[in-house]
Amino acid sequence: MSLIRTLLVRREAGIAVMIVLFCLAVGAFRPQFLTLDQLRIILLLVPLIMIAAMGQMMVIVARHVDLSIGSTLGFSAMVSGMLYRFDVDWFGFDVPWWTGIPVSIVVGAGLGLVNGLLIQLFRLPAIIVTLGTLSLYRGLTFIISNAKQIDRQWIPSELKGLSQTSPVFGTPWIIFIAFGVALATYLFLMHTRMGRQIYAIGSNPVAAPLRGIKVTQVTLVVFTISGALAGLAGILYASRWGFVNPSNTGSGFEFQVIAAVVIGGVSINGGVGSVLGTVLGVLLLGCVAAALPLLGIPGTSQAAIYGAVILVALVIDRTVRRQGIAGFKRVQP
Amino acid sequence: MLKKSLLLGLAAGIALAGAALAADPVKIVYIGKNTGNPYFDSITGGFQDACKAKGCEFEFVAPATAEATSQIPFIEAQIQRGVNVIGIAPNSPDALNQVLDDARAKGILVLTVNGDLTGNESHRDATILPVNFDIVGRDQVEMVGSLIGYEGEIAILSATTEAPDQNKWIVGMNDTLKNDPKYAKMKLVATVYGDDQPEKSTTEMEALLSNYPDLKGVIAPTTVGIAAAAQVVQSRGIADKVHVTGLGLPSEMRDFIKDGTVKAFQLWSPYNEGWLAVHFALGVLDGSIKNEVGSTFEVPNLGKITINANNSINTQAELTTFNADNIDQFNF
Repeated sequence: MSLIRTLLVRREAGIAVMIVLFCLAVGAFRPQFLTLDQLRIILLLVPLIMIAAMGQMMVIVARHVDLSIGSTLGFSAMVSGMLYRFDVDWFGFDVPWWTGIPVSIVVGAGLGLVNGLLIQLFRLPAIIVTLGTLSLYRGLTFIISNAKQIDRQWIPSELKGLSQTSPVFGTPWIIFIAFGVALATYLFLMHTRMGRQIYAIGSNPVAAPLRGIKVTQVTLVVFTISGALAGLAGILYASRWGFVNPSNTGSGFEFQVIAAVVIGGVSINGGVGSVLGTVLGVLLLGCVAAALPLLGIPGTSQAAIYGAVILVALVIDRTVRRQGIAGFKRVQP
Repeated sequence: MLKKSLLLGLAAGIALAGAALAADPVKIVYIGKNTGNPYFDSITGGFQDACKAKGCEFEFVAPATAEATSQIPFIEAQIQRGVNVIGIAPNSPDALNQVLDDARAKGILVLTVNGDLTGNESHRDATILPVNFDIVGRDQVEMVGSLIGYEGEIAILSATTEAPDQNKWIVGMNDTLKNDPKYAKMKLVATVYGDDQPEKSTTEMEALLSNYPDLKGVIAPTTVGIAAAAQVVQSRGIADKVHVTGLGLPSEMRDFIKDGTVKAFQLWSPYNEGWLAVHFALGVLDGSIKNEVGSTFEVPNLGKITINANNSINTQAELTTFNADNIDQFNF
């Protein structure tokens, strides 16, 4: 009983209930929605969003935002794609299939660090800086690739296999990687000093330095992690879809990720947010994306319904939360 | 002395410029729908090779996104640059009328290549299309029919709901299924749209498989859609049960053909569109080709080409079918 009460007063209760209700409602019309097969489809839809959402959550908790992650994803995927495409021309040998994984992560981390440096050195708002790099990184992707797509034949089959072959229960590697990243993020945020400092900065950026927190350092780390995770999502894009395109890959990705993070209860005002909530937010978006075509909703109305579902989820979540945890509401500094 | 050498220099400069002007090669530009689209790489290849062979100057430009108005500044810049020929894959059938008229008023030959200004044909000089688009729907139905034994449920996975070419082909597919008794036992159960995004195309394909367990065939007349549909079938291992076909690029479909996920699909040669466009444009400019309905001309490798109604020119009469036997012969 006390377990149930603990669960109900948690911030994540609202969104968890919503996922269950949504799935039951869809299942009433399409029983095949409530099958393991469908769960596999949904889980295969969300890994890239989940990985990038972990970085975005930290950024938003620190009272910033990273709009550049879609372009960061595209750029880091393109660097690895070109490595696979031109390795023989450049180095005279075929690079091992896994090369793209560290390369994309490092490239993404570099782009994230640039965001952080611009924000910290010039005291610019993150929304402006990353709006600029959103365009800059996409443009650089066009330049380095000469606006050419990296086709399926160049992506190593072992890399594509991460999204298809499975260690256990028919669950491809990519899903384990996504949940592994979520677990690591949880441990980092809850059990390290720096993790706690991110919350402190977001709660009160003015007071944080007075409490001995090195705000610049922490902010740089947060943006670097966000970039690195977008880079990881980039190489997994190549794995999942088997190609890298300079204009499509990662385009609009930031909106899905930010929507998932905000639905997951992360406050856009900083200082508040959890890994569990973000994971649930990602899963809700995955359920909606899989349900719309299954319900036979025409292509013309899907975008509107998808947007409406996001807004409804937010409204319900905020209403439930205000009343559900009123007694526990912590005093905002 | 100084003055004299300056004058001499100036005169030499003018003479050089004059010589350069006389030998100036024809400048041809092709404006694509958007950059980073592998389909246009192949068309551009045809333009480049033909210009190399015939001695003209070629440039490819394209906006970052395929929006209706995004091509206008590119057309204006090319008019300023003084090109002789503008080839364009229009992003809109009517938004470009004004600026294309400006180009033609300056004596520039305007060709739409791989897409036309349907309903506004008077704003371009001619159009070069890969095939007569009226036959695409019919041929695609025949293709899927031959794969499933002309019996069973089929579905269409298209691009966006407003894509004009795809919609024209879908109308053709519906007409063929309704009117031709050969296909009487085939039933079109759904037409869905993947918006030319791999994610969306995949969820739509998965939903088709869940909603129609007896589905036998899927036609995806779009390069992104057919690859996404093939990937779903490949990862589920159901290639012997559900046949995916449609319009795709050999470079993107090669792996699926090789492992048997897709038996056959169709397209045309985008390369030949560029190749033909250059030969046609140079012929019109030097007067050897009359840009009139019914007149004919020869193009190396393509043979005799006829100008059809509405000054429309096709590079080939039928769609090309790609399968395990011939896919390696194509490098686009």
